[in-house]
Amino acid sequence: MTTYAGEYLDLLPEPPAGRVTAAFRADVARAVGPGGLITEPAQLRTYECDGLTGYRVTPALVVLPATTEEVAAVVRLCARDGVPFVARGAGTGLSGGALPVADGIVIGLARMRAVLSVDVDDQRAVVQPGVTNAGISAAVAPHDLYFAPDPSSQVVCTIGGNVAENSGGAHCLKYGFTTNHVLALTFVTADGDVVQLGGDAPDPVGPDLRAVVLGSEGTLGVVTEITVRLLRRPEAVRTLVADFADAEDAGNAVSDIVAAGIVPAAVEMLDELAIDACERAVQAGYTPGCPAALVVELDGVAAEVEDEFERVQEICRRNRTTHVRIAADPEERARVWKGRKAAFAAMGRISPDYFVQDGVIPRTRLGSTLTRIRQMSEQAGLRVANVFHAGDGNLHPLVLYDGAVPGEAERAEHLATAIVELCVEQGGSITGEHGVGSDKACSMPKMFGPDDLTVMARVRAAFDPQGICNPGKVLPTPRLCGERPGPHRPHPLEAAGVIERL
Amino acid sequence: MTAGETGHETSRDEDLRLTVAPPPAGGDGAGLFDLHHPPSAELISDCVHCGFCLPTCPTYALWGEEMDSPRGRIYLMKLGREGAVALDDTYVQHFDACLGCMACVTACPSGVQYDKLIEAVRPQLERHHRRERHDRLFRAAVFALFPHPGRLRVAAVLGAAYQRSGARRLLHRGRLWSLLPDRLQAVEELMPPARLRRLAARTPEVTPAVGTRRRRVGFLTGCVQRVFFADVNAATVRVLAAEGCEVVAPRAQRCCGALSEHAGREPEALARARRLIDVFAATDVDAIVANVAGCGSTLKEYGRLLRDDPAYAERAADFSAKVRDVSELLAELEPVAPRHPVEGRLAYHDACHLGHAQGVRAQPRAVLRTIPGLQVTDIPEAEICCGSAGIYNLVQPGPAGELGRRKVEKVLSVAPDALATANPGCLLQIRRYWPGDLPMFHPVELLDASIRGVDPIAAARAPGGRRRPPWLRRRHEARTAEPGRF
Repeated sequence: MTTYAGEYLDLLPEPPAGRVTAAFRADVARAVGPGGLITEPAQLRTYECDGLTGYRVTPALVVLPATTEEVAAVVRLCARDGVPFVARGAGTGLSGGALPVADGIVIGLARMRAVLSVDVDDQRAVVQPGVTNAGISAAVAPHDLYFAPDPSSQVVCTIGGNVAENSGGAHCLKYGFTTNHVLALTFVTADGDVVQLGGDAPDPVGPDLRAVVLGSEGTLGVVTEITVRLLRRPEAVRTLVADFADAEDAGNAVSDIVAAGIVPAAVEMLDELAIDACERAVQAGYTPGCPAALVVELDGVAAEVEDEFERVQEICRRNRTTHVRIAADPEERARVWKGRKAAFAAMGRISPDYFVQDGVIPRTRLGSTLTRIRQMSEQAGLRVANVFHAGDGNLHPLVLYDGAVPGEAERAEHLATAIVELCVEQGGSITGEHGVGSDKACSMPKMFGPDDLTVMARVRAAFDPQGICNPGKVLPTPRLCGERPGPHRPHPLEAAGVIERL
Repeated sequence: MTAGETGHETSRDEDLRLTVAPPPAGGDGAGLFDLHHPPSAELISDCVHCGFCLPTCPTYALWGEEMDSPRGRIYLMKLGREGAVALDDTYVQHFDACLGCMACVTACPSGVQYDKLIEAVRPQLERHHRRERHDRLFRAAVFALFPHPGRLRVAAVLGAAYQRSGARRLLHRGRLWSLLPDRLQAVEELMPPARLRRLAARTPEVTPAVGTRRRRVGFLTGCVQRVFFADVNAATVRVLAAEGCEVVAPRAQRCCGALSEHAGREPEALARARRLIDVFAATDVDAIVANVAGCGSTLKEYGRLLRDDPAYAERAADFSAKVRDVSELLAELEPVAPRHPVEGRLAYHDACHLGHAQGVRAQPRAVLRTIPGLQVTDIPEAEICCGSAGIYNLVQPGPAGELGRRKVEKVLSVAPDALATANPGCLLQIRRYWPGDLPMFHPVELLDASIRGVDPIAAARAPGGRRRPPWLRRRHEARTAEPGRF
């Protein structure tokens, strides 16, 4: 078991001691106007969690600024009084990254949702953080452009959140993550200065601070403008759904496709439970009862796509596919994706509650890991649905449970944690794209040694010496995780009655 | 304030009185809510807080605030059930701000039945929350007028006199207009231009089918519909008859209760539902046809509304099973009446209570596409409500105005020659914010014109065609609701 390095503990700031006082509140109201402030207790409670409802903390205040200047003014007040703040977009994150801090404030960016400019020739756009991921593509669609990263929640999740989490999506296998599509950021530092990181050119001179902030989960400051890279829509797109009698066969087909030198735009896998939920939600036309379905999409130059599409089908047949469905038109393709992208949210159709996990394994271990997950699921007596980005080994096991059954939530949480730690054992990672947030901070020592954590803490302290930006996220602390970090401990905040679980 | 203290200390308006137990003290039942159909804990727990509803919620689109989003409101319901919050103005305002458009029901991947939840909460609030005096009076006035065609006719005559006498011009010229409260401005601007000649029009009790009779259908004539949109009713009857339906429109029919139901006035809604079921009981029809989206969706809910009434539960369920929107029925029937061309580009606006609440989207488009020459186009952001929403644009004029202008912008973006929608409320709302003259129709009016061989779009384009009255040509800058408090 890893222990913390002495320096790491020294770098961790004391929990911010500032409080939201009447004077602070009045100053914030002056900065954003009275309409930008949420203060009523019942209203504040609707901000107590994001997409991960297991952790809940009611903030002392929610602020809804409309401009970069307003954000900076609010952050300056937080820095002045030592009040911790948490930036929030649409609140759809699945790792509790936007979980408020008790006695702290939430800076909601939902009102900063303008597309500020579109540069068609240079294929970039400047947007505010509250614009939804799909909203960017919609705004530039008339120019035949789009924004490539496509998290499943893209119709609702905001680009600000995507930047914080360095979000991926089905198509990041070929196109990369958010960091590969963001050129520059307007960034409000922890003391309220407004700075530019990155630039219009793909490779600015000097250390890439833009890349440091991207994926830092709101622990370094607040991003208030984003210059995104736009891609031209591909000439051809072909999509198929191949059914397999066995997840191992499907896994082998994925490895064979990649080994053949084909780079699909996306390769997704759904198991029987996931298909059941999707079909109940959106009737996307997946085969009910099929143990493993692969969604393979190719895009690019028409001639190349046609050739590779034939080869993909051949590979699927060689791996004993039981049925191949080829999307006949853009509408059918949209339906296939609608099913896949609604998968998490559709779990409500087959289970009252669930934990979404987000682990990564080497692609070659797909089959064996799935078998292990099945065994663990049987042992725990809990159902696990699997939906994942098979092409890059990013697993999303969904542990289904019923919060109304005493003890089931705890068992489900144990199982979810055990699955993620299995991923690390297999040579993978505790998160592919959902981030560490509150949920996995205590799993970080499973993956990183004391030196790694110390370096991360140094970076964090350099940006935010007071520790007021999204404290308690990403980096494990003895206070959050117990003296010896490790799995299966009740959350101390929970034991103290500060937070509660569903 | 604890749960036990909230509910029952004040007297209620007579028509809202319902004999139910007060909320149990100590929060051990349904928290703030009494035990007469509180929002179901099971339905609340279906929500996994994923947020897929946010982009389609009109109030979230306006304000970007969690508590004015579907998942936020469900969260508030949950807190209400737990008795963790007070039933005060703050709590109630977030449910009042909900348009009840049900776009979230369409968007939800988990199948959360927000429609049932909000319809359970509204009567609870009506029972346990006393609104401010001016609000109560205004609502009482709305409900004393709109569900009563007789009174509406009188109002229409007075309205016509007002519009023609010059009183209106006088009011709009001076500063007086801007001194009117927002809600009265809304009433005044939404008031349809009355055409006195048509006020006398009545739908015949029985209209025989043209040619072979294929169906015998009952027809709901509506309240606002029959007074201000008698043309739409006449067109509906002609089209149904032309397509082989015998149309029965009982004289005794009254308001269906939709407005009351959507506003949480449960006893009133139930009484109206029972009366309408009785009126149609003797008609022996294959289907009951509505041409107003808001009415149709409530008729389809009668089974659920009257589930507790042993005398009516079964009859109500049977009644609901027969209800069809006119476009649903027409799409079921193979067209027999020949269509003539109607030339133009038509924007079709999905009324929320047709698209989201009834899931009827394909049928009206299919029916319109049987008209040669008509090019039917969709409107971007079609899932977002236009702000009409029953009496919403009267009681919440601020957000309704913003949504109305937003909708008009989207309609303008497709540059249509005309607009069609199956709800009179949407029509009045969009017309209020439309900058110029745009011919607007109920889909069935266009079908009627096509069958009769006239082209109303061309006619409107011709000089002296269907004009927008001059008093509506000015665009009003309705006050923007201040986010967070309105």
